[in-house]
Amino acid sequence: MVRVILPFHLRNLARVGSELILEVERPVTQRSILDKLEAQYPMLRGSIRDHVTQQRRPFLRFFACEEDLSHESPDAPVPEMVASGKEPFVVIGAIAGGIRTGLPSTPKIPNAKKPR
Amino acid sequence: MSKVRVLVGTRKGAFILESDGRRKKWDISGPHFAGWEIYHLKGSSADPNRLYASQSSGWFGQQIQRSNDGGKTWEPAGNKFVYEGVPGTHQWYDGTPHPWEFKRVWHLEPSLADPDTVYAGVEDAAIFSTSDGGQNWQELPGLRGHGTGPHWQPGAGGLCLHTIILDPSDSERMWVAISAAGAFRTDDGGKTWKPINRGLYSQYIPNPTAEIGHCVHHIAMNQSRPGVLFMQKHWDVMRSDDAGEQWKEVSGNLPTDFGFAIDVHAHEPETIYVVPIKSDSEHYVHEGKLRVFRSRTGGNQWEPLTQGLPQSHCYVNVLRDAMAVDLLDKCGVYFGTTGGQVYGSADAGDSWAAIVRDLPAVLSIEVQTLA
Repeated sequence: MVRVILPFHLRNLARVGSELILEVERPVTQRSILDKLEAQYPMLRGSIRDHVTQQRRPFLRFFACEEDLSHESPDAPVPEMVASGKEPFVVIGAIAGGIRTGLPSTPKIPNAKKPR
Repeated sequence: MSKVRVLVGTRKGAFILESDGRRKKWDISGPHFAGWEIYHLKGSSADPNRLYASQSSGWFGQQIQRSNDGGKTWEPAGNKFVYEGVPGTHQWYDGTPHPWEFKRVWHLEPSLADPDTVYAGVEDAAIFSTSDGGQNWQELPGLRGHGTGPHWQPGAGGLCLHTIILDPSDSERMWVAISAAGAFRTDDGGKTWKPINRGLYSQYIPNPTAEIGHCVHHIAMNQSRPGVLFMQKHWDVMRSDDAGEQWKEVSGNLPTDFGFAIDVHAHEPETIYVVPIKSDSEHYVHEGKLRVFRSRTGGNQWEPLTQGLPQSHCYVNVLRDAMAVDLLDKCGVYFGTTGGQVYGSADAGDSWAAIVRDLPAVLSIEVQTLA
């Protein structure tokens, strides 16, 4: 059992709630999760991966277990916590902007305001 | 009594405005597909309850939605638009070759006879069709493949096929327009196409009278007079009396002949409407006044229509697919603005009223006249 969380607009498109449950055979990979997702919700075809190349759409990313899996091979096994359903596989739309603090690489932004 | 249904596509969803034939009181539904760009939605004239919508997003790509009940409920249709064969290249803004890449559907044109057949104009420019109600889409490759395709170059809004006109007297004939390639016509149901840009003069391209390369913004035709076409080009309002073989300028006394939208009165085929925009650098109406200009003489002589429209401090644009007419008598005229207003006139443009005024920026307007 794999848990999948979709972004708001894809939830509306597929008419599903905040979290989906998919039965995915092992070994569980990004590709097998998305294949199952698209088979069960055909309206999502083309909205996460390109129809032809099957590449992730550029403004979407895949997260799980507080890790960004977007650049992992689609055929690499996902973390066991995801494969076992303990942690969700999260599809997220890229968000522009925002300030990350406390990280060494954070650029200094003068007069930066906290978003309200 | 007749009813009117106005289909509004906006930057953040679709809206449906309905009224009886008096066109005084309007019911407004929406947003449908909230948060998505709705470049266009249009109803089938063969089955007015069958609507199609182009829903797109930079994040999630293209969707096609279909309704069988006049827009009350919707279901996703097919969204796979794949160019035929090896797509090849067109020219990029800097003149270098750039691969053809599907981005979105700009315009949906349902067949006049069959509600399951629809044509789609897309970016990068191509025409697709479906004959199963939108489940499967196939390119009509003769358009990109007729020879000039590798030389097409995008306009500021992209290399988009934004206008499709079907000939009610000849099911094999249709016209399309592409920014910034120009106008094209098929006489054999889309198998072969030819550029029809003779008479267009675009001073900012290397050869102002070139066979292709003209930034045609929109074309309109009165259904009773197929072959008489009116064009709003980047600059210049044009007309053709021979199905596009030859164009002549009819900008006449317009205060500026830059613009996007153009349409023709439903019952008076020599009555045309445009909304002049100040310039291609400014993209808002001239002198801060929202004025529709009407010609009752097929062009050249134009009168401003201002009653009910803001005549000061107005800086909106009216985009290419954002004007339409109904079939009632008197003819209703409708347009939407980038400021989110939808204006309607129930007297052929003599007076106007805002049907709704705080929508997201309006991308398209279509009108259905219902029995």
